[in-house]
Amino acid sequence: MTNSASQNFVNVGERTNVTGSARFRKMVTEGRYADAVEVARQQVENGAQVIDVNMDEGMLDGAEAMRTFLNLIAAEPDIARVPLMIDSSKWEVIEAGLKCVQGKAIVNSISMKEGEEIFRKQARACLAYGAAVVVMAFDEVGQADTKDRKVEICQRAFRILTEDVGFPAEDIIFDPNVFAVATGIEEHNNYAVDFIEAARVIRETCPGCHISGGLSNVSFSFRGNEPVRRAMHSVFLYHAIPAGMDMGIVNAGQLDIYDDIEPELRERVEDVILNRRDDATERLIEIAEGFKGQKGKTAEKDLSWREAPVAKRLEYALVHGITEFIDADTEEARLASERPLHVIEGPLMDGMNVVGDLFGSGKMFLPQVVKSARVMKQAVAWLEPFMEEEKQRLGTVDVSNGKVLMATVKGDVHDIGKNIVGVVLACNGYEILDLGVMVPAETILDTAIKENVDVIGLSGLITPSLDEMVYVAAEMERRGMVQPLLIGGATTSPAHTAVKIDPVIRCAPVVHVSDASRAVGVVSTLLSEDDKPGFVTQTKARYERMREARSGGPPKPRLPIEQAREARLKLDWDSYTPPAPSFEGVRTFEDIDLATLARYIDWTPYFSAWDLAGQFPQILEDKIVGEAATSLWNDTQGMMQQLVGEAWLKPKAVVGFWKANSVGDDIHLQSGEVFHTLRQQMVKDNTRPNFAMSDFVAPEGDDWIGGFCVTAGPQAEEIAKEFIEKRDDYSSIMVKALADRFAEAMAEYMHERVRKELWGYAPDEDLGNAELIKEKYRGIRPAPGYPSQPEHSEKETLFKLLEAEDRIGVELTSSFAMTPAASVSGLYFAHPESVYFAVGRIEKDQVEDYAQRKGWDTRKAERWLAPILNYDPFAVD
Amino acid sequence: MNRQDRIDALKAAAKERILILDGAWGAMIQRRGLEESDYRGDRFPEDKYPGQMKGNNDILCLTRPDIVTDLHNAYYGAGADISETNTFSSTVIAQDDYKLDEQSVWDINMEGAKLGRAAADAWTAKTPDKPRFLAGSIGPLNKMLSMSSDVNDPGARSVTFDEVYNAYRQQIRALNEGGVDLYLIETITDTLNCKAAIKAIMDLEDEGMDKLPIWISGTITDRSGRTLSGQTVEAFWNSVRHAKPFAIGFNCALGADLMRPHIAALSRVADTLVAAYPNAGLPNEMGEYDEQPEQTSGAVGGWAKDGLVNILGGCCGTTPDHIAAIAEAVDGVKPRDPVPGKHTMRLSGLEPFEVGA
Repeated sequence: MTNSASQNFVNVGERTNVTGSARFRKMVTEGRYADAVEVARQQVENGAQVIDVNMDEGMLDGAEAMRTFLNLIAAEPDIARVPLMIDSSKWEVIEAGLKCVQGKAIVNSISMKEGEEIFRKQARACLAYGAAVVVMAFDEVGQADTKDRKVEICQRAFRILTEDVGFPAEDIIFDPNVFAVATGIEEHNNYAVDFIEAARVIRETCPGCHISGGLSNVSFSFRGNEPVRRAMHSVFLYHAIPAGMDMGIVNAGQLDIYDDIEPELRERVEDVILNRRDDATERLIEIAEGFKGQKGKTAEKDLSWREAPVAKRLEYALVHGITEFIDADTEEARLASERPLHVIEGPLMDGMNVVGDLFGSGKMFLPQVVKSARVMKQAVAWLEPFMEEEKQRLGTVDVSNGKVLMATVKGDVHDIGKNIVGVVLACNGYEILDLGVMVPAETILDTAIKENVDVIGLSGLITPSLDEMVYVAAEMERRGMVQPLLIGGATTSPAHTAVKIDPVIRCAPVVHVSDASRAVGVVSTLLSEDDKPGFVTQTKARYERMREARSGGPPKPRLPIEQAREARLKLDWDSYTPPAPSFEGVRTFEDIDLATLARYIDWTPYFSAWDLAGQFPQILEDKIVGEAATSLWNDTQGMMQQLVGEAWLKPKAVVGFWKANSVGDDIHLQSGEVFHTLRQQMVKDNTRPNFAMSDFVAPEGDDWIGGFCVTAGPQAEEIAKEFIEKRDDYSSIMVKALADRFAEAMAEYMHERVRKELWGYAPDEDLGNAELIKEKYRGIRPAPGYPSQPEHSEKETLFKLLEAEDRIGVELTSSFAMTPAASVSGLYFAHPESVYFAVGRIEKDQVEDYAQRKGWDTRKAERWLAPILNYDPFAVD
Repeated sequence: MNRQDRIDALKAAAKERILILDGAWGAMIQRRGLEESDYRGDRFPEDKYPGQMKGNNDILCLTRPDIVTDLHNAYYGAGADISETNTFSSTVIAQDDYKLDEQSVWDINMEGAKLGRAAADAWTAKTPDKPRFLAGSIGPLNKMLSMSSDVNDPGARSVTFDEVYNAYRQQIRALNEGGVDLYLIETITDTLNCKAAIKAIMDLEDEGMDKLPIWISGTITDRSGRTLSGQTVEAFWNSVRHAKPFAIGFNCALGADLMRPHIAALSRVADTLVAAYPNAGLPNEMGEYDEQPEQTSGAVGGWAKDGLVNILGGCCGTTPDHIAAIAEAVDGVKPRDPVPGKHTMRLSGLEPFEVGA
């Protein structure tokens, strides 16, 4: 399975570790390896995604024990399916382990403890054995305790690994040392904070790496007090995961759900973990004893949740992964329901939705969700015989309404949704052929043919499953299969189905099913001779509309690029003298009055940022959104007064002019830089030319091009953050939306100055804001990433010329987004006939030509131009 | 051309077209109807090497070099860009079946490489616009590191990692010194054996040996889509990616129709060239391969047109006619573009596990 962003924490099982588990140590030292293998199996069954194996025990021959154990589990497919973490402080034990694994394992750990030379040697060996590595923040001086030491050591190790050894960054996992806090020694108080902050810096400065840690260390001083330890672990993870910790040695049983921790305990634990007050340790110790006998307390707690109505009890059991009472509760719910199916569709699904919400907000962790799934399965299993009985009673048992194949696609193990759909369909008299999880396309399609199924249902929860579904559909098309294809699961959507799946399969209908309750209707329609054709046509048409809405229409014929170039805008350069700007090179503009800028604001996009559609100011009177818009406007006016009065923002601009001439579809600057432009290739039935921006620049003689970047400055982000801290999301969004408006206003204001004064070709222009918004002026300021130049990477050239980063602090991200976000950049063209246009979709001939001009390969160009390609770059002919 | 020029030419050719590997050797040698004495030659008299030598095809590099050269020529003549040395089983471990000594095993690899080198160079001289390349064949062992050698003891192994490593290390050195252009670790049934070979190559390079491209070719043994040692296609890829292979693929065990889904799966994840050389179908009840050249070429030609592959050839049961048919079927077809590299940690057990960046 893939570990997607929503579940970005890898849970390493720790029960097969002789230093962590007395039980396992006893098995190994007594030579009871068969029992030891069972421990590994249970861990995988309980959701461990990687299992840690450690044989560091004084009485053992570590290398021999490691070899014996790894060879034994290699023979167990249930265990061997997951990757291993080979854990030892002795290199010879690690190496013995590496010699036993055919998969790609993780070595835990190596460090610079004994100097760089040994570190390099061991790292190189790990690379040659084909393993990822955990690197401890440990150097010649010792183990890193403070944030600075952790960061410094990890950065140094990262440099050595990636630059000297050639280790791939993505295979490096740093362990910046989780140390015990609340030990009573003052110097230890900041250890958790040091880890969390170090993790953040390491992730930022060592791109691609991962962060891991041994969680149980942090609570070491409370050993014997499991409730407090569990709370400490959960709070620690709650803060460390967002900072970048994406892996950990964790026992799911040693974790609480963050929201469930008793509030006083949680606050005091949080004080300790985050080192928020000097007396944090004392205050935690004060109450810790009270939680110690929590076995009894749990029973009390149990009692209280047992008193809730049955639906709430089911929810509680699902959220907390408790199977103890699930059969009885499910039975009680069944007796109270008209049909057994209603228990699934009602309280059980409701409970799983709560689990989903908690998981989504980072308050539950993956191992806990796995436990929830187990509870759900047990409840469904309880209900199945009753549903079977109902089927018999209603006489539907042998009358199959049709055969439905269900499978979770390859690479994905999530099957709850699929199982529910299967159960629901079965209850409605369909025969279900459930192929389980991780099912390769070939198996799905072979089985579908062999078993002559009527419908194929694919499920998946993680994003890569979407691609796999596209692949299954494409394979169905290749084989000419006609069974309707149903798509479902958490990340699937009607849009994805319409845009990605529907187009690759023409021989069979494909339908996205948003939830289990809709599955019956869809399947019965698809299997009805009368209803099917209409439904299929309707669905196809709906998907087509969705695609068009997203893509701006089906591919239309394009002109060959040579023909489009012949139809370019042919300006009469002989009778036109390009105006010279007042300066050449680059200038910075600061200290611009916010009140002046405010007059240049176009408010319509501001309202649409709040999902309020309509022109300003008419929107304030709008029948539907008028009230909301007016209320927003009043609040906005209030903030504007403060923002302008207290000068919250410090906008800046940089403007440049350069001598330039057009060369084909490019614009060559005298200094040697080149702006690449794209040409329209649509077939036009009027006499309008096929524009490229290069048409607006003289091919020879003196002409100029301008460029600019403006920003509202970084202050808005800070202020927005302060609002968030005050739990005022509304104001936070507002200040960001306003900063965007000020950046746009600044662009408008600077452009006016350019026309009137800096380039000076329209000194007498006198336009009001409404006319400015309608772009009634001479000349244009198109921006890379917008319709006239949809290709973002051109910003790189512009930013280099403008020195935007040094001069006004605006940087480009790796995908050429500007940061701070409230910034605008673009080119200036002065020719009276220069106009904004949309390049629209382009053909492969231009893409190849553009790639060549940019010095790219075609694939790279296709990636950057993906949104405007008039063809499918992955299509096979 | 020196070896670096040839490696550059190989990489350049792979960008332009689908490269062709040769076909089966065993069947072609069988056709010659060789006797025990052909295998033994003068060097391996019965008193010093008791037991049967017939069937030890690799030894022909030393005892019937003319046949080895003929076969290289037959395949280059059929249009192969790459031919393999006749060294599939030339490790001390595999040759232990014939009780061959270490020096003889070294000599087979060395001579095998020299014979292939001479044939390839002669063809390159003949058709300079289509340079020919020589891959050093590094085959599997009859002993596996991931599989138990004793039904009653799942932890038992008949060989150690170090033994496998040293056997491959010796073969690799000899092939390199003998002049091959690339290594082809092929018919991999146990990924851990393959990893031992990879480590041998990486260590030797660290010690200063010439760096050559590596081609890794696994074997999916049945329709389950797993290797004999139990890995899925993607898990296998994750396990060997660290070799930064020039090409990755599958060969043997399956015919083209059954191999397709596994090649397609690999093609979707591999950020390097994808290679396939299936058998000529499945053997009939007599153990013979019936698939005709146009059947094989029709199937693999389809893969090429679907953009799944960069290198094609044949394994068991294929002949120079099959290779000629494949070469013709993919002539002018654009090779697959490798997928862009993903910077995520990709681990594996028997199944893949990916940790996002």
